Amino acid sequence: MDELVIDAAGMHYTPLNKQIRAAVAAGVKRIRLDNVLGQRFIANGVRGDVAIEIHGVPGGDLGMFMSGPRLEVYGNAEHAPGNTMDEGEIVVHGSAGDAVGHSMRGGRIFVQGPIGYRGGIHMKQYEEKRPVLVIGEYARAFLGEYMAGGTVLVLALHGGPAIAERGLGSGIHGGEIVLRGGIDPQYLGVGAKEIPLSDDDWARVLSLIREFARHFGIDPAPLEKREEYTRIVPASARPFANKYAWE
Amino acid sequence: MSPSIGSLPPKYRVTVDRDQCMLCGRCVENCAYGAFRIDGDRIRTNSRVCTACHRCVAYCPRDAIDVSERPLDYRSHPVWTRGVREAIYNQARTGKIVLSGMGNALDYPMIFDRLVLDACQVTNPSIDPLREPMELRTHLGKKPQRLDLRKKDDGEVELLTELSPNLSLETPIMIGHMSYGAISLNAQLAMAKAVSAAGTFMGTGEGGLPEPLRPYQGHMIVQVASGRFGVDIDYLERGAAIEIKIGQGAKPGIGGHLPGEKVNAAISKTRMIPEGSDAISPAPHHDIYSIEDLAQLVRSLKEATEWKKPVFVKIAAVHNVAAIAAGIARSSADAVVIDGFRGGTGAAPRVFRDHVGIPVEAAVAAVDAKLRNQGIRNEVSIIASGGIRESTDVVKIIALGADAVYIGTAALVALGCRVCGNCYRGLCPWGIATQRQDLVDRLDPEAGGVQVANLIHGWTLELMDLMGAAGINSIESLRGNRDRLRSYMIDQALMDVLDVKSVGA
Amino acid sequence: MCGIIGVIDRGRQTMDGTAIRRALSMMNERGSGEGAGYVAYGCYPEFKDYFAIHVFFDNIHETKPRVDELLHQWGRVVHDEEIPTSDLPRLRKVHTPWRYFFKPDTRLMPRSTTPAEEIVTELVMRINTSIEGALVFSSGRNLGVFKAAGWPEEVADFYRIEEYQGHCWLAHNRYPTNTPGWWGGAHPFNLLDWSVVHNGEITSYGTNRRYIESFGYKCTMFTDTEVVAYLVDLLVRRHDLPEELAVTALAPPFWDEIDKMEGDRQRLYHALRLTYGSAMMNGPFAIVVADQDTMVAFTDRSKLRPLVGAEHGDRLYVSSEEAAIRAMDPDITNVFMPRAGEPIIGRVVA
Repeated sequence: MDELVIDAAGMHYTPLNKQIRAAVAAGVKRIRLDNVLGQRFIANGVRGDVAIEIHGVPGGDLGMFMSGPRLEVYGNAEHAPGNTMDEGEIVVHGSAGDAVGHSMRGGRIFVQGPIGYRGGIHMKQYEEKRPVLVIGEYARAFLGEYMAGGTVLVLALHGGPAIAERGLGSGIHGGEIVLRGGIDPQYLGVGAKEIPLSDDDWARVLSLIREFARHFGIDPAPLEKREEYTRIVPASARPFANKYAWE
Repeated sequence: MSPSIGSLPPKYRVTVDRDQCMLCGRCVENCAYGAFRIDGDRIRTNSRVCTACHRCVAYCPRDAIDVSERPLDYRSHPVWTRGVREAIYNQARTGKIVLSGMGNALDYPMIFDRLVLDACQVTNPSIDPLREPMELRTHLGKKPQRLDLRKKDDGEVELLTELSPNLSLETPIMIGHMSYGAISLNAQLAMAKAVSAAGTFMGTGEGGLPEPLRPYQGHMIVQVASGRFGVDIDYLERGAAIEIKIGQGAKPGIGGHLPGEKVNAAISKTRMIPEGSDAISPAPHHDIYSIEDLAQLVRSLKEATEWKKPVFVKIAAVHNVAAIAAGIARSSADAVVIDGFRGGTGAAPRVFRDHVGIPVEAAVAAVDAKLRNQGIRNEVSIIASGGIRESTDVVKIIALGADAVYIGTAALVALGCRVCGNCYRGLCPWGIATQRQDLVDRLDPEAGGVQVANLIHGWTLELMDLMGAAGINSIESLRGNRDRLRSYMIDQALMDVLDVKSVGA
Repeated sequence: MCGIIGVIDRGRQTMDGTAIRRALSMMNERGSGEGAGYVAYGCYPEFKDYFAIHVFFDNIHETKPRVDELLHQWGRVVHDEEIPTSDLPRLRKVHTPWRYFFKPDTRLMPRSTTPAEEIVTELVMRINTSIEGALVFSSGRNLGVFKAAGWPEEVADFYRIEEYQGHCWLAHNRYPTNTPGWWGGAHPFNLLDWSVVHNGEITSYGTNRRYIESFGYKCTMFTDTEVVAYLVDLLVRRHDLPEELAVTALAPPFWDEIDKMEGDRQRLYHALRLTYGSAMMNGPFAIVVADQDTMVAFTDRSKLRPLVGAEHGDRLYVSSEEAAIRAMDPDITNVFMPRAGEPIIGRVVA
């Protein structure tokens, strides 16, 4: 079968996911979900090589624990898409809510518009697994808090600052946050510091910019100005080491 | 050391009886803290580094070593105790939060020790577990409120109700969550062997499931904590059940840090973080800021594992524990773990360890009562943990309303732990709370497994005897049976909470 | 100790109280003279559609008006009177037993599928917990409990038990342990159509009571037997379990027996134990439960208390002792002893 189309109108998420799992198990490579409205946990814990197009507004925890599939959402995503995601890709043609990519361990998330609070919180990396979260417009406060690995990139396509709220990278002890258009230092969180991009960094960021542009059909050229970008990294891998003394 | 405070009295004094000592050097070899050295024809000691772990005492073939506590104490004072004074000296020097190991160390009264059990005399017979059936089998998980039945044409009754998955335990004693990283692989392996042999379960803690534990995964409850270390779909599917850790009795309301120096290659692999990086568990789960978010995580875990696994939620026993548990019972969760303020830990801020939270006895009594009053007791099982020291504690907490218990420190003690409270040093001479390979190797998982299994077996036998004496042959009839408890010198307010009468009443 | 006896006529032929009085007295070695009681099913044919509410009043003048008021608030009393008694030298009349024939106004409980029963249950619980000096001890239709502190024959003579007719009778000769020999503590215990007599002690009472109270029942009689009536009401009336399965839930097979069962049967028993773990009764007991059409007798699952059954035509008898049955009916044909946890069930077929 080429493509499985499921009309998700009025459907509960458990039977919906059952159908998805069964299709993936049967070797279906493309699934289209129509009339999605608020169904949480779509593709939760699903493994394998499948592309799922989602038309509508999926509910929270989209692709949580997911390991492999590619989700493309034509609509906005609610809170925490890519929560504790392991592998795969989520592309959102719209905005996303709070805690996008929470504790994400691998895979990639691209959001065309803005995201809410605590994006990329506690993302982490291990060896080849390096999660990526790219945000087209801007993020709210506490972006990349407790971050332990991976890359968060904010492109500020809306013309304003990528982030202008508190707690950017508080407690970050691994990974990086790259912002187009710089950052007002007052918004830097505890344990985060700002440094310029190295050549390697820029090469990495550039490929993410081009990938983002490809997903959303925009011209990457105006975004390819290295001097516009700044990089937020941990001041230490042990951000809270100085808080405690032993009895 | 700051000259204005000077050095503090040593906590312990180690002495070697020269008449007994034969200079075999086992003490030098065994002490991970360097309290002993051979100096010509004698062993010299450095008492200041001693933790009273008793490794030297246990391995001295001649009983030549003596360790005494507080050989030089401060002037006694009921208010300005040694602990209070030393915390001040420490903070005056460092300006930091004081961390300490093991559980609550303040002298609160033990409720367990003020509850006495019942036995039959005349009006009903005690049951002899040697020759009569005695059922400890315990099911953890959601139970239906009632059954939906259909009478078939042949007169047989057909069950229409679909049961939720339950864990089936042969004894209501499980081992709680102690993570790989906090304790050694050999310690986890020993306990895994023990629970498999005893037909019960243990928790992985939040450090992931190291590969050598996989043969025992059918007896493991995998934990999902705020740090989400080692959590992927594979991990979730391996566990017999999944436990969301919200809080811990030893330090309610705060997270935890496994310091970067403990994150070696193997731990980095199971936690899936880089070597040497701090493993930080935030205080809250950042996808749970409200009760409906908890329900969402519970359902997300169930959805990811296709509703085949029970999901437990562990909370610290705090003032409002009953209402919180009632919320959890409505979340699709299958069991709630109530961790009392005596729960152990590798490291906790001293102020939290000693001052935050409530005892598990009162918490379980309140939770069981609240769930019954709301008619939702069958929605969740109650697992009690935090300060369960012996089989009578198990009987008492079940009579107060728990379904089963988690033990922690007791299992470690069965592995040799002396409760010295220096887990955070990473030098545990018993091979338990350490990752140093030579120390880890001291703990033989086979022998350790037998010791822990022996402990569970011994307690289980005592449980049967105590139940038999009370004329009860099935654990369900003990659960919440507070009529079989009496309080001894407990105040009326607490008696009301426990719903237990006084001795003589 | 205690002695119990029950009889049901499966053809609904009635018997008066003479024989059961004689049978219960046969078992005086099992009692202590501090409590005895009888229940007769079918004893109020002229009021058979009304709930017969029997109340012990400590003081007719002070407390009765409060009960009257409550009953009038919830329905209609067609007749009420003091239950006729005889003066006996040795039985001190510490309460005045009264009976009301009551029809609840079902419109007041619109959301219930059994509104009449719900109202009566609610009234019983309310009177027993909130009106001091009044205790409802019988609340079914066309049945009456008659009990007091005394020897069986005294209690029978006090209530003139020979004058009542019933197609099913239970009776109990008490040797009190947990609570003193007060009138409310005597058996049978009754709620709606359910009546229970019990020999033994329920060691799981604390669990059972807390379980049943979570469904709105209130245990007010300070004894473990009361809880059995409520459990049976919950399981059979509210949860629709067939009587056999209700008995299984209360005295289930051991897990090792369930492990040996197969397929659907194992699933069913497994589910019963999981669902009704807190309803299961532990400790030594022999219990007889009855409603309008059924009498069920069973023991604990280790058979720690005696139970004998016997038949004679349509009559099914159960008792602690065979001699008691023979005292009632010398012509019984077969005598048998049920296995632990296995119910003896008699149903009216007429």
